[in-house]
Amino acid sequence: MSALLEVKDLQVAYGSILAVKGLSLTVNQGEIVTLIGSNGAGKSTTLRTISGLLKPKAGTITFEGERIDGKSGHDIVSKGLCQSPEGRRIFPRMSVRENLDLGAFLRNDKDGIEADRERVLDLFPRLRERYEQKGGTMSGGEQQMLAVARAMMGAPKLLLLDEPSMGLAPVLVDMIFETIIKIREQGITILLIEQNAAAALEVADRAYVLESGLIKMSGKASDLAKDEAVTKAYLGG
Amino acid sequence: MAMSKVKKPVKPAASQRTWAIGFIIAAVVMWTFYTFIMFRLPYQVQTIFQNWLPPTKLNEAMVWVICALGLNIVVGYAGLLDLGFVAFWAIGGYSAGWFMSAFFRQVNWHVFSTVEPTLPGIHISFWGVIFIGGLICAFFGIVIGAPTLRLKSDYLALVTLGFGEIIPQVFTNGENIAGFNMSNGTKGISPVDNIGVPGRALGPFDFSWKFTIFALLTAMMVFISLRLRTGRLGRAWLAIREDELAASMMGVPLMRTKLAAYSVGAFTGGIGGVAFATHVNGVFADRFNFSISIILLAMVVLGGMGNVWGVMVGALVIAWVNSTGLQAMGDLVNTSLHTSINFPSYNFVLFGGVLIFMMLFKREGLIPESRLKAIMHEGDDASANLEGHH
Repeated sequence: MSALLEVKDLQVAYGSILAVKGLSLTVNQGEIVTLIGSNGAGKSTTLRTISGLLKPKAGTITFEGERIDGKSGHDIVSKGLCQSPEGRRIFPRMSVRENLDLGAFLRNDKDGIEADRERVLDLFPRLRERYEQKGGTMSGGEQQMLAVARAMMGAPKLLLLDEPSMGLAPVLVDMIFETIIKIREQGITILLIEQNAAAALEVADRAYVLESGLIKMSGKASDLAKDEAVTKAYLGG
Repeated sequence: MAMSKVKKPVKPAASQRTWAIGFIIAAVVMWTFYTFIMFRLPYQVQTIFQNWLPPTKLNEAMVWVICALGLNIVVGYAGLLDLGFVAFWAIGGYSAGWFMSAFFRQVNWHVFSTVEPTLPGIHISFWGVIFIGGLICAFFGIVIGAPTLRLKSDYLALVTLGFGEIIPQVFTNGENIAGFNMSNGTKGISPVDNIGVPGRALGPFDFSWKFTIFALLTAMMVFISLRLRTGRLGRAWLAIREDELAASMMGVPLMRTKLAAYSVGAFTGGIGGVAFATHVNGVFADRFNFSISIILLAMVVLGGMGNVWGVMVGALVIAWVNSTGLQAMGDLVNTSLHTSINFPSYNFVLFGGVLIFMMLFKREGLIPESRLKAIMHEGDDASANLEGHH
């Protein structure tokens, strides 16, 4: 396996406050890697830095062997790093169709876009039913599906999922995580940021536990799920 | 959940066509009426039309429509609040003043112009000047936009407000900038060349030709607005208006896209400015005041932000009320009730009231953009839900 994404000694600061204090992680081709941690651990900051919304203070981010730290968000998306943001952030006044169109904003391959459209609508049949409906009028679960589907329209090599289970009913959480596995089966590598550690560890291959801006533990997800410290801190055990 | 309430949307292409045909029919009817029928009517009937819908005011209203369509691209499409749009109107107007008059006496430069070749000054054909004026405005749009579009909406509004104040001031005081007379100060530049049409130059009262030209310009701006909207750039603008952060996550280059909105809007404002200068046959600095920016904004809001046809209707209604409607209705009230209220002086009370009313009860405008209507009346809980998690 080769490293698709490699983050080395990443530091990110808001003003003078260091939110990420030297984080390193690797995501290999074809993996589901999860980054878990409690509120304020620096998960979203890390993700935002990877996707170019924040500039790192120090450290490097390499994607497919190429440095991407400090590049603009639009350059990074065009390299195949697409994300479903925290809080879903779908375009509420646009229909499902238009949301998906925007997911493919940087692409010009018409046939590829149409093929991907069919693919995501097969993945989320619910979205096919709601195809012409405005995003803002849909339920939270449907909006989350749309956010993931929209990110997949960008033909990602690496899909970044930021808290996909947030604010959803348990049955929908299960459904979203089942879909994550299906997405990986289609050959897309996934970096999953989650507060719901139990669910994330169940689907992921490997996991990183983030605490106060530092990686506290890392390893196989199945091992971490059994680890006493992790269970105590994140799985309510 | 509100999903069962959503009606099947009317095919957008079909409704666009209906509106376009409506516009053409209305324009042809107006043109035919004022060109062939009006002067055959009895004098009293003519007077009624002169009081209620004088042809020159119709042409002026069309200039407002052009500018409002430009502002609609900035405010309605891209969601950038611009409170200084008058600046572009002014720059467009002075472009006409510079390139279509005897103002620069020291040179004698004629390009496809219909005026006497011996006349001093720069005389470029109207058709060239609308592009020059548009381009100058687009340039200033980028100059002012590049450093300020990084600001968040309220601050952007403040900067544009300042820009809209500064530019007219520069023109008002521009008769001696390091010895160079740029604008003729408060005296303004007058007369501006007439529009050249095949065979001759139009006189200031040549209503029918000007109407045709302004209607064509309006149609062109409508066409451009609609094409831009359905294209890639239009989608990027709407995405930025909806959610800037999400748009950037989809790979929309924020600065470039916003600058495009600003410069296309400014270009349109420039065309409106040139058209207005030929309409009033001159450029006068004191005409370019803050109220123009606000009236334009009111037109966009009243009609329905983002909807080209709504903005056109809003602009026509407000331009008419402002120029003739209020006066005519006031006269009617005064003569029938024997009062002497100066109705036109209350126009800003009226506009203010209308804006407040619209914001309270009909935020999507009279003829709303379909996507706005859906969300404002059905998705309130869903969008609250969306914002709730941060």
